[in-house]
Amino acid sequence: MKTTYREAMRAAIRDAMDRDDRVFLMGEDVGAYGGCFAVSLGLLEEFGPERIRDTPLSESAFVGAGIGAALGGMRPIVEIMTVNFSLLALDQLVNNAATLLHMSGGQFNVPIVVRMTTGAGRQLAAQHSHSLEGWYAHIPGLRVVAPATIEDARGMLWTALDDPDPVLVFEHSGLYGIEGELTDDAGAVDIDRAAVRSPGDDLTIITYGGMLPVALSAAASLVDDGVDAEVIDLRTLRPLDADTILASVARTHRAIVVDEGWRSGSLSAEVSARITEHCFYELDAPVARICTEEVPMPYPRHLEQAALPQPEEVVAAAREMLGAA
Amino acid sequence: MSRPATGAGTVTPLFPREPLPDRDHAVHLLSEMIRIRRFEERCVELYSAAEIRGFVHLYIGEEAAAVGVMQALRPEDAVVATYRDHGHALARGISAASVMAEMFGRMEGCSRGRGGSMHLFDASHRFYGGNAIVGGGLPVAAGLALADRMQGRPQVTACFFGEGAVAEGEFHESLNLAALWQLPVLFCCENNLYAMGTALGRSEAQTDLALKAAAYEVPAWSVDAMDVVAVESAARRAAEEIRGGGGPVFLELRTYRFRAHSMYDPDRYRSKDEIEAWRERDPIPSFTERLRDSGMLDDADLDGLERSAATEIDDAVERARGGTLEPVEELTRFVYSERPR
Repeated sequence: MKTTYREAMRAAIRDAMDRDDRVFLMGEDVGAYGGCFAVSLGLLEEFGPERIRDTPLSESAFVGAGIGAALGGMRPIVEIMTVNFSLLALDQLVNNAATLLHMSGGQFNVPIVVRMTTGAGRQLAAQHSHSLEGWYAHIPGLRVVAPATIEDARGMLWTALDDPDPVLVFEHSGLYGIEGELTDDAGAVDIDRAAVRSPGDDLTIITYGGMLPVALSAAASLVDDGVDAEVIDLRTLRPLDADTILASVARTHRAIVVDEGWRSGSLSAEVSARITEHCFYELDAPVARICTEEVPMPYPRHLEQAALPQPEEVVAAAREMLGAA
Repeated sequence: MSRPATGAGTVTPLFPREPLPDRDHAVHLLSEMIRIRRFEERCVELYSAAEIRGFVHLYIGEEAAAVGVMQALRPEDAVVATYRDHGHALARGISAASVMAEMFGRMEGCSRGRGGSMHLFDASHRFYGGNAIVGGGLPVAAGLALADRMQGRPQVTACFFGEGAVAEGEFHESLNLAALWQLPVLFCCENNLYAMGTALGRSEAQTDLALKAAAYEVPAWSVDAMDVVAVESAARRAAEEIRGGGGPVFLELRTYRFRAHSMYDPDRYRSKDEIEAWRERDPIPSFTERLRDSGMLDDADLDGLERSAATEIDDAVERARGGTLEPVEELTRFVYSERPR
């Protein structure tokens, strides 16, 4: 059936609510408003205010309450409107969700799922355009996933809810409108492995989330040059599926990392380092990175687009890399 | 349902002197305070001898608060505490041996040695730490209470925190959320007047803490927490209200710590006279005298309590010293769950 990323995510929430009484959704404007991005539209009417729970603008309290509810036997899905606002809940995410299992010597696991949107591209300026999923991927104790396809939007949530530990789900706001086909029996997907979204032998483009369309567009352009680029969608940012990355690079001998996060101290740096550590002698060229320019995101469209990774930059990096080989 | 006499939006003053409970229970209260006091005095010696390390925050002077509140809780209730958590853990029923082994970083400790003094946890006592970020436990307590309510369990979550937490956003967010959703949380604010070295009047424009809670429509009672009977009485009333579906209650437990904030604190920010004045109201001697005056306790009884505490702590230290250090090979365990996914 034809659907959208947004509808697939809603179907995933509905499915989880139907299958497990312990599941509930909580966050700002998830109920009466229908979700800031309309993901939970209609769910309040379907499940009622106990399970589709509107919260005050208190990120720390409702994320912490999600942690407590998880400790108390529930399976909360906590929606933070955007990653930008998740900074107000960092204490709960980093000091509690990620540590309680360890600090308690294995006694208290925290089966919470925290969903939030991420990314730029809508001219929302410096405080509403962050891509900070790489920060969270730095934290042991958290699992971080980034569904980039309709199948993953439909399937990752259930797997995340089955996980005994905290899972953060990053949904790029630019993906909600993408359309595609989903089989009627679509369901849970693994969240352990990266996926090859487009096979190729000449170079490997490694990306995730909102940058997957950019990478696929670049790969399509490179076909005209007679270049077969392999596109890897990380899917899970922590723990990284290094095996899939390294196997591909060992075969293509070239790698470009495309990341909407800033370059310094980033997820792209981690991927690049893993390749260099484990695949150095397989490389025919230095690893390249296409990242967002290191500025707070500006409002004007032309400057925002100049700051964000573009398919043309990926293509140019690929050509340079192949020319240098 | 009926509100307490005070109702939301108002503040009850310090509980007046409550009558003594029966002898067995009164002696139990004293015994609990004494074992916590002696346990921590031993911690000071062990710290000085470098047998235990890290941050150690002593509860000495504040024992009546934890001991009084715990009397109102049932085994199925939950407790969230702070980094100053030895007293709460012991009063909740976690053994001195288990807590001491944790101080020694041994696998026999209540957190397997991974947490240390500030992070005591015990699933069998529904004791959820040991949170060392000021204010960080309040949202979690609200969530534990939410889970109880959503699953129809008539349980209470007691959440302890100091008056310093009142300056944190998490305090305000959590009180509002708990009141808005009528969550069964007993907020226990131990007001010892100093947030580390900062006096309450130097950090809060409004120093009447119960008024802050009342502003969120949470019934708020101030209690003389140097009086264990007053604390127990207030906590029992509060727990009854909460269990009956009355939503959260806030107790301001007015107390004082006789020792410095932690073992690193030179204690320059308060006068010796002030400390001495509060020591006059030490909850242990004052309660001891009250029991003697009432004929419930004699020298032999007191000696028995002291010897019992000493024996328990001697045994705890001996077992902790002989405890197991976790093999380094296990370092990376408990980052993620080991149960089958």
